[in-house]
Amino acid sequence: MELLKKYPKLFQWLFLLIVFFALCFSIDVPETYKFIRGQAEFIKDPNQSTYTLFGTEVRYYAFDVLWRLPPLLGWLPIWVNDTLFFLLNEWMPMEFWNEATREYKTRPLVLQITRNITAFMTFLIEFIREILLGGVETVVAFTSWDFVSTYRWAKLPGLPWTIVAAGAAILSYKLSGKGLAIFAGLVMIYISVFGQWKPSMQTLSFILVAAPLSFAFGLSLGIWAYKSKRVEKALYPILLTMQTMPQYAVLVPAMVLFGIGDHAAVIITMVVAIPPMILLTLLGLRAVPPEVIEAGKMSGCNNFQLMTKVLVPTARRDILIGVNQVIMVCFSMAVIAAFIGAKGLGWNLLLALNQLNIGLALEAGLCISLIAILLDKMSLAWANKQEDYFGNLTFFQRYKNSLFFAGALLIGIILSYAGSFYFKEGYNYFFEVPHNKGISTADFWNKGVDWIFDTFFVYIKAFNTWLIVEVLQPMRALYLRMPAVATLVLVVGAGYIIGGIRSALVVGGLALFIALSPWWDRALVTTYMATFGVIISCTIGLTVGTLCQQNKYTTKFMLAVCDIFQTFPSFVYLIPVMMLFGVTDTSVLIAVIVYATIPATRYTIEGLRSVPAGLHDAASMSGVTKFQRLINIEFPIAFPHMMLGVNQTIVFALFMVIIGAFIGTEDLGQYILKALSDKAGGGKGLILGICVAFIALIFDNLIRTWVQKRKKHLGID
Amino acid sequence: MTDAVIKCDSVYKIFGANAKKMLQEANGNVDAKTFQKMGCIVGVNNASFEVAKGEMLVVMGLSGSGKSTLLRCISRLTDATDGKIYIEGQDLLSLNNKELIELRRNKMGMVFQSFALLPHKTVLENIAFPLQIKGMETEDSIKKAVDMVKLVGLEGRENYFPRELSGGQQQRVGIARSLAVEPDIWFLDEPFSALDPLIRKEMQDEFLRLQEKLQKTIMFITHDFDEALKLADRIAIMKDGVIEQLDTPAKIVLNPATEYVKKFTEEVPREKVLKIEDVMEKPNNENLGDLKVSKDEIIENVAEKILTQEKSVTVTGEKNKIVGTVQPSKIIHTVFGGRRNNS
Ligand SMILES: Nc1ncnc2c1ncn2[C@@H]1O[C@H](COP(=O)(O)OP(=O)(O)OP(=O)(O)O)[C@@H](O)[C@H]1O
Ligand SMILES: [Mg+2]
Repeated sequence: MELLKKYPKLFQWLFLLIVFFALCFSIDVPETYKFIRGQAEFIKDPNQSTYTLFGTEVRYYAFDVLWRLPPLLGWLPIWVNDTLFFLLNEWMPMEFWNEATREYKTRPLVLQITRNITAFMTFLIEFIREILLGGVETVVAFTSWDFVSTYRWAKLPGLPWTIVAAGAAILSYKLSGKGLAIFAGLVMIYISVFGQWKPSMQTLSFILVAAPLSFAFGLSLGIWAYKSKRVEKALYPILLTMQTMPQYAVLVPAMVLFGIGDHAAVIITMVVAIPPMILLTLLGLRAVPPEVIEAGKMSGCNNFQLMTKVLVPTARRDILIGVNQVIMVCFSMAVIAAFIGAKGLGWNLLLALNQLNIGLALEAGLCISLIAILLDKMSLAWANKQEDYFGNLTFFQRYKNSLFFAGALLIGIILSYAGSFYFKEGYNYFFEVPHNKGISTADFWNKGVDWIFDTFFVYIKAFNTWLIVEVLQPMRALYLRMPAVATLVLVVGAGYIIGGIRSALVVGGLALFIALSPWWDRALVTTYMATFGVIISCTIGLTVGTLCQQNKYTTKFMLAVCDIFQTFPSFVYLIPVMMLFGVTDTSVLIAVIVYATIPATRYTIEGLRSVPAGLHDAASMSGVTKFQRLINIEFPIAFPHMMLGVNQTIVFALFMVIIGAFIGTEDLGQYILKALSDKAGGGKGLILGICVAFIALIFDNLIRTWVQKRKKHLGID
Repeated sequence: MTDAVIKCDSVYKIFGANAKKMLQEANGNVDAKTFQKMGCIVGVNNASFEVAKGEMLVVMGLSGSGKSTLLRCISRLTDATDGKIYIEGQDLLSLNNKELIELRRNKMGMVFQSFALLPHKTVLENIAFPLQIKGMETEDSIKKAVDMVKLVGLEGRENYFPRELSGGQQQRVGIARSLAVEPDIWFLDEPFSALDPLIRKEMQDEFLRLQEKLQKTIMFITHDFDEALKLADRIAIMKDGVIEQLDTPAKIVLNPATEYVKKFTEEVPREKVLKIEDVMEKPNNENLGDLKVSKDEIIENVAEKILTQEKSVTVTGEKNKIVGTVQPSKIIHTVFGGRRNNS
């Protein structure tokens, strides 16, 4: 009794577990149950049950309700699909003026809107692309094809790579200094020499459109939400879901609306990149101290000045993290969007991976990562830039960057002109190194991969088999063995113990949605893979983070490593693992682990670092050893922050599991991938994505509620 | 008084959801405790006073007594729940947004308790900020800011960011920023409390010198009675939002209006507050010595001289006219006798 009073929570948990296991053991696996077969699909099978809702017939395999709930939400994807189709093709037909054919045309409103957005995006991408690579579409957009064929000079030749490289270096120098300038120059030269110029510039043009647009939209929406409570309330649940929704899943509905190509890719990227930008803007603005706002008001700012000169700059730290996220998302989407026809490095990467040409994939991946790091550093430097008021500058000093660029422009043009004589036949290397004419290390890497395979095949194979047979299969079986009812009880119970009725309802609702969808089994597989990844990631992250935190230099080093790894597009992680482990579940899991270890490590370090220094001293004075201090003081205080890291780890792990579908898993991701090539896959893709998002949100809700309580308990925050 | 620059007329500020309604129901009789039970916090309670041009009003009171809130009401950073505020005869609460901005740009300056510097701007940019907001050219504003930096003695740190400065240095930037626009009305919320004693004294002297020259209308919040005595023309003492007494330092010390004020002023060294005229008697020639002191002298400054005398001291007024006498014993009584629990 005494114990019960002392640790009421502990007994609640015990009770919950007992109920859970009792349910698990008392509900038997039905005879007919076989994994993979619980779907609502249109295959005629005499064993299937059906129901009809809103005129849609849903077929499914019926089991004992305690074992698997019937897919009562099976109509939802079909309904979403029909609605999308209706909106796009039938709703609100209107007359629109067509400039090309010079006549009115009847079109549904939504279709017209999407077409207009498409045209606008295409124009922007083409415009930048043609500056970098040459072309005529932009000129044509303003004039006509006839104009271009009459005036030959109108054909833009594009900038020689030398000029772009010099421009990047000079800009970096202006923004930050020598270090970044050298890095920028090297990156550009690398890209060019290795023959990746054209796809790189295609990717770059895509990003130069998507990133600024996402930034601008995200910032303005964030400001709007800051100013109006109502907007915030409306946006918040959408933002949360969007943030945990795997990027794949957005592809499908967007493809339905906007078709395939670069423009659709930009739109999807924006859809994915805007939510974190909004959230971080909001977070930053909220954290501005009220007195700073008052100081701004007393300085006589009007509302606009207050926003642009006081609030936004003061919230700069968070907004910058937002920019960083936007860039990250843009690059990882640059690869993923290749699935729906975005050109550039991502496309090459995907192609190479498909052909198992690891060397080529590695080169493209490296290129994309380098550009990502460069842009990230440049945007950071831009935001941190300072003006010097005391410089009594001469004309030369003042305009030296512009002068240098003008010089580079001149030299670049002369060089490429000279090059056209020098490299008489074939390619002008001073203008552009063509794709297959650069240096390529692909062979080297491929040989390396072969060598690794030949040499270590036995070991890798053995490890692989061991992992799959001894660990993964049993774990998967365990997950699938859970009756739906038991899982729901567990989730709701955990919600209740951690956060009371409210949490229990939210979490239970989310879980119920998945349980009633046709993909419960798949969701379990997804969860099992994610769980495996998260457990290992957290163990590694915690250990590495704690060890590194003991020393100032290793801390800094590790944070920098995390920064760089975070900038890599998520797809890139698949390259090395495929190199080592081939096309297996192990590959996916290892990619998951590597990817998800980043937030685990980062948050551990940050959490430990935020322990007040005064506490250190106080502890040292009372004579505890370093280890005792770590266990008794630092961990308990840092723990809430570390749990937020676990939260991030879960989200990262889920993302990677879904992306891993590319290698071939049998979870939700695989279905999303299938929906991509399905004409009527829009609704399916969306609902599948929502299912994944809900898995993440369940954990998110539990962890956040717990952290808040814990923080209040500890008196921080 | 017609030349009152700031005039408050029963100003209330009550925080809480239905503050307005509760205030109406209370009919002017606001009691902090009952309001708190109903979930409202009383910030300012029925404040009425005037500040004349060139006057310095020091506001004192314990933490949470509503000093900052009062200042916020007068600068309209928060809207008062009830009451009228006039700035140079203009009804503050009736100003529209544009007029308010104009007023703040040209007339008002404020130094904040927690500095409130813009973290992304350097010292120089912070000081130049209000000027640039007004629309001044960058170059001119920076020039002016350089002058201000000199004034507050931060040369050499022009390009530092606030996070690289100590609390005292940050506060000096705050002072410089508020002075850059040369406001007529100057609000200071505990401007010197983050400074070390040496710098604080220096800043106080500098502040007095400035005030002599500029003759601004000032409301100044402090916790430090010495500081208040040194600077104030008049002192207001607040408790739970109510202004308990508003008077000259001497009168507050000699005739505390309420028990609270009395307790508040108990520890105050009287010799620092009182002038000779506060303790002198009617002129009489009994036992009169040679020493003469002016009636405006603070006792502390002349006590030593007087106490070396055996006989009474002559007090002179304007043009050396004799206005009274003071006996050394009276000085001793004032300095040591007034305090009860003196150990
Ligand atoms: N925005 C607000 N919302 C609710 N209550 C507030 C708000 N601002 C101030 N208060 C309350 O009003 C009262 C007066 O606060 P104020 O800041 O004016 O005190 P102060 O006299 O300046 O104290 P200090 O000397 O510590 O600066 C306090 O009880 C405080 O809790
Ligand atoms: Mg205050």
